[in-house]
Amino acid sequence: MSATDTASGAARPAAAAHGTPMTLKLHVWRQAGAGVPGRMVDYEAKDISPEMSFLEMLDVVNEGLIEAGDDPIAFDHDCREGICGSCGLMINGSAHGPMKLTTACQLHMRSFADGDEIYIEPWRAKAFPVVKDLIVDRSSLDRIIQSGGYISAATGSAQDANALPIPKHAADLAMDNAECIGCGACVAACPNASASLFTGAKIAHLSALPQGQPERQKRALAMVETMDLEGFGSCTLHGECQEACPKGITLDAIMQMNQDYIVASAKKVEGRA
Amino acid sequence: MTLKLDAKVPAGPMAEKWDRHRFEMKLVNPANKRKHRIIVVGSGLAGASAAATLSELGYKVSCFCFQDSPRRAHSIAAQGGINAAKNYRNDGDSVQRLFYDTVKGGDFRSREANVYRLAQVSVDIIDQCVAQGVPFAREYGGLLANRSFGGAQVSRTFYARGQTGQQLLLGAYQALEKEIARGGVTMFERHEMLELVVIDGKARGIIVRDLISGEIESHAADAVILATGGYGNVFYLSTNAKGCNVTATYRAHRKGAAFANPCFTQIHPTCIPVSGEYQSKLTLMSESLRNDGRVWVPKRREDCAKNPADIPEADRDYYLERKYPSFGNLSPRDIASRAAKEACDDGRGVGPGGRGVYLDFADAIARLGRHTIEERYGNLFEMYQRITDEDPYTRPMRIYPAVHYTMGGLWVDYNLMSSIPGLHVLGEANFSDHGANRLGASALMQGLADGYYVIPYTIGDYLASNKLEPVSTDHPEFAAARQAVEDRTNRLLSVKGTRTVDSFHRELGKILWDKCGMARSAEGLREALEEIPKLRAEFWRDVKVPGTGAELNQSLEKAGRVADFLEFAELMCLDALHREESCGGHFRVEHQTSDGEAKRNDEQFAYVAAWEYAGEGKPPVLNKEPLTFENVHLSTRSYK
Amino acid sequence: MGVLQRFWASTIGKKVVMAVTGIILVGFVFLHMAGNLQMFLGAHVMDRYAAFLKSSMELLWILRITLLVAVVLHIISAYQLTMINRRARPAGYAKHELAAATWASRSMRVGGVLLAVFIVYHLLHFTTGTLHPAFSHTAVYGNVILGFRSPWIVAFYVVAMAFLGLHLFHGVWSAFRTLGVAKPSPAPLHRRVALVVAVVVWAGFTVIPVAVLLGILQ
Ligand SMILES: Cc1cc2nc3c(=O)[nH]c(=O)nc-3n(C[C@H](O)[C@H](O)[C@H](O)COP(=O)(O)OP(=O)(O)OC[C@H]3O[C@@H](n4cnc5c(N)ncnc54)[C@H](O)[C@@H]3O)c2cc1C
Ligand code: HEM
Ligand code: HEM
Ligand code: SF4
Ligand code: F3S
Ligand code: FES
Repeated sequence: MSATDTASGAARPAAAAHGTPMTLKLHVWRQAGAGVPGRMVDYEAKDISPEMSFLEMLDVVNEGLIEAGDDPIAFDHDCREGICGSCGLMINGSAHGPMKLTTACQLHMRSFADGDEIYIEPWRAKAFPVVKDLIVDRSSLDRIIQSGGYISAATGSAQDANALPIPKHAADLAMDNAECIGCGACVAACPNASASLFTGAKIAHLSALPQGQPERQKRALAMVETMDLEGFGSCTLHGECQEACPKGITLDAIMQMNQDYIVASAKKVEGRA
Repeated sequence: MTLKLDAKVPAGPMAEKWDRHRFEMKLVNPANKRKHRIIVVGSGLAGASAAATLSELGYKVSCFCFQDSPRRAHSIAAQGGINAAKNYRNDGDSVQRLFYDTVKGGDFRSREANVYRLAQVSVDIIDQCVAQGVPFAREYGGLLANRSFGGAQVSRTFYARGQTGQQLLLGAYQALEKEIARGGVTMFERHEMLELVVIDGKARGIIVRDLISGEIESHAADAVILATGGYGNVFYLSTNAKGCNVTATYRAHRKGAAFANPCFTQIHPTCIPVSGEYQSKLTLMSESLRNDGRVWVPKRREDCAKNPADIPEADRDYYLERKYPSFGNLSPRDIASRAAKEACDDGRGVGPGGRGVYLDFADAIARLGRHTIEERYGNLFEMYQRITDEDPYTRPMRIYPAVHYTMGGLWVDYNLMSSIPGLHVLGEANFSDHGANRLGASALMQGLADGYYVIPYTIGDYLASNKLEPVSTDHPEFAAARQAVEDRTNRLLSVKGTRTVDSFHRELGKILWDKCGMARSAEGLREALEEIPKLRAEFWRDVKVPGTGAELNQSLEKAGRVADFLEFAELMCLDALHREESCGGHFRVEHQTSDGEAKRNDEQFAYVAAWEYAGEGKPPVLNKEPLTFENVHLSTRSYK
Repeated sequence: MGVLQRFWASTIGKKVVMAVTGIILVGFVFLHMAGNLQMFLGAHVMDRYAAFLKSSMELLWILRITLLVAVVLHIISAYQLTMINRRARPAGYAKHELAAATWASRSMRVGGVLLAVFIVYHLLHFTTGTLHPAFSHTAVYGNVILGFRSPWIVAFYVVAMAFLGLHLFHGVWSAFRTLGVAKPSPAPLHRRVALVVAVVVWAGFTVIPVAVLLGILQ
């Protein structure tokens, strides 16, 4: 499968100007199920309006496939507003496609031009086994959260919400990292298939808040070790994840994770954590 | 047989009902809790909060969702905020006022006692969420910030940028994951509930399909909780996620659970207008935008095509401010939506097809500066630009109403139990608290109230006061339900027709939007009641579902959901037709005041319409739960 | 103890080892560069300096062992992480566009191996003299001048130094983020300090062989 660099979409939103329908050449990864071999298959997407979202373009292709008696392309999606984190496609070699800070479902076809070739592949990582076609199993991310991505506060045990003021900058920092939608694009984009940005984002969110302090060390140790056990790679700071992240989570999240992990380990040596 | 609907509202003065009830309810002793298994279908705000809390209490919980992770439940999409009667602003808010606003906002079609309880627990919700680490917006002093939402004159809405639902759900999701790790909750992702199992008149289990293997599984429990969200997708185009469905609740309805006020649907005034045929869903622009945005259309039809910047102030009609001076741009959703429709029907709509009105931030930006607006709505503006390719900082947004929320749902009593003993319903899936129109930022509040603070008490009472024989999934009722599911699946696969599932769904959506949407008429509804059964018949004759049932098959999943929509849509129209009044989101053109406002008929319709399934092909039976208003006196809703 | 095992077992632990040893190596490289630049001050200065280095064998061996341990740990962790990262993506992409990864970040492994080779050769060249045409244990200045007679050797040094520069351009920046001690930044990918370090080290080392070849030093 020779790589071509036709649709580096963001470069030319020109197509948007005139809403004329486009024809695109798709190369899509098809795989019947987990463990069975798959391959890239070529399709033609006809009369695609620049106003369509990328997933709507795939809907059109699928309607065609069904009518022709073929198996439609399976892909994850739900909210289609860039917030649920279900959708996840490697589009022309970029996680979620060419447009920055944009999920596949929010990417619009005006980012492409008539005649473009588009490669569509699933997230690739040992920790994200392919389920079918473009759908992968991301439960490894849930298991990372299970290992400590929370604050233990049983229902009913809370004090008044304003009893503990939180400086605006701390709340904002927490929110910046809490915006992660768990899509896995960071893993998909990382040359090492590392989940550091995802894990770092949760650690950075909870570490920024006073409520997060009691479990801070325990959390860092457990989440990092789970991340390793799940088979994700390590972070060598390529920075691809940050570029791919639709929510603009930055490498500072990873630095926070490293810091918390180091401090936690140090405290453990002294038996405090 | 018709149901006996007993709301089980506790005696005593409104303010004391819940406390008294909590004291009077039976408790399950800690040692016995772990002997009870509870099924929770749904991992949204209602489901996740319930599952986590019940597990914390010691119950064994099985939780189900159709997404690949509980964190993706549609609650994640909620943008604007969550209400709570904290009165941190000292602007005159109180439990009583939130209660009053909600009953009035619901146009007097909700049950007072439930709403009062909702207002009471609202304050605890914020405390709980903050303790979980939900990063609500804050003032420089470090205290929580608030904004205003439609239908309220106080500022009681808490928010986390434009992603309040996401942050609240992640809080509940993290609590849920904590309980999963502890072993209290068993999570079943990518599992869809397709049948409810009722044994000896009590809900004892569900039948689900593993969406990856296609396997049909049976799960037994002592009680079942449905927190499966709303059915807005019956309209095909809505602000709901693609997977939202009525299947879980409709299947329960067919097993005997009464469906209340199915026609009460909310049309949200501020959504991005439809851009074409292929459109697969509509995107909401949070109501919070109406805090700073001004809604207008040109006064003269000939101006509609003009660039809005070229239309002078004098030629603009800020119709909400004109018609409803005291609430202006913050008038409730049903009213704002209808006003937009009127303007467009009057030929003064803007944008493609003349189906849009302007939401203008020019004044706000001039007053507060671009930076403040960016801080408040940045991500919404970006989303708008991504979708429309227009810059809302320099050009007013184009918005139009879209289906957003369903107030109707399974009927529940004060304990959130449906008319099937043991079947409890939480969140948007039940009909409880919003009457004929939900106020903004009240659904998140209700979902969490139900899950964190109500069901943990009331389900204990149910378990403690009922003798529940252990049941196994070998029970004939399970076998039968299983068989029914398999037959249905095979039937869908064996039609092998020519039309795709989506093509049917689109057609159904159009019928409902035109005839059971923002404005409804007896005539239109009768037509719909003709067309829907025809469409359903054609579906079963001509639908094309590729693949098999023994694999991941997204067309099959859709087909099952659309098949249920096709039956449910009829119930909606029937309900809309029978309710000869206008109230909240339900606007019957026959019943309006001279100036086009909704005209309620309290003599005849101050009741909850709870429909009972009467069997294949038989008309559903109408049961009525009369509504009495002792604390908020019935009045004509006015936001003028 | 278990703690240290746990730490070393984790990817972050290994990365930290790599960062710390890396920084030690950077420190040495700076001193060494400074020392080498005395070549421009003439033979006697250089030779005096070299003699001074050898004046206390204990100190010298402490230094040597530290460096040896650092390099070994550095290489072991580098190797192990590389293997972990390979395993983390068994099936690759038909098309993968990199948006942020730099030449430097992608050449760390290759560059590292080349540096390893260089160091071995270099020791045989100037320390043991095994691969030196006319090695003298006292006349370091002369060793260098003679050592760089061959354009091939110079070329090899120049290439090696280029990779060292690249290695540090990424390494010096990433080390501080690995250790979680860099200051948060709105644009974390910017790396001024690392750029300066890289250029200085690269230039500081490269001038010598080049100067010798051009006959500026003789
Ligand atoms: C775009 C948007 C914005 C909104 N903004 C606000 C706001 O600002 N403030 C506010 O108060 N409200 C808002 N709402 C309304 C509010 O978000 C919802 O009413 C509320 O989140 C519903 O929560 P829930 O837990 O009842 O259901 P959901 O969050 O929809 O969860 C449903 C769950 O049930 C599962 N499920 C469904 N069917 C099945 C099945 N058959 N089998 C198995 N599992 C099933 C799903 O997997 C999911 O986990 C908004 C709604 C939308 C669409
Ligand atoms: C001896 C052979 C060497 C090998 C095999 C080697 C290999 C590596 C590798 C693979 C990395 C990881 C890169 C990454 O994190 O992306 C690395 C990092 C690094 N190396 Fe080396 N290197 C070697 C020599 C050196 C030398 C001589 C120095 C200093 C002069 C050095 C300094 C560093 C630094 C500072 C880092 C950064 C550590 C981090 O990112 O946390 N290395 N090295
Ligand atoms: C062109 C650049 C370089 C020159 C001219 C140079 C020159 C020398 C000389 C003359 C010696 C012998 C000193 C003595 O025995 O007194 C030496 C030793 C050494 N050099 Fe270099 N060097 C260069 C680059 C490097 C680099 C880049 C490294 C490491 C990455 C390095 C690592 C060493 C080491 C480890 C020793 C041995 C020190 C000891 O233990 O005695 N050198 N170098
Ligand atoms: S960090 Fe960004 S890319 Fe990674 S999962 Fe979260 S949102 Fe997706
Ligand atoms: S791309 Fe990968 S290497 Fe680190 S910085 Fe991001 S995780
Ligand atoms: S479908 Fe929800 S983020 Fe794309």
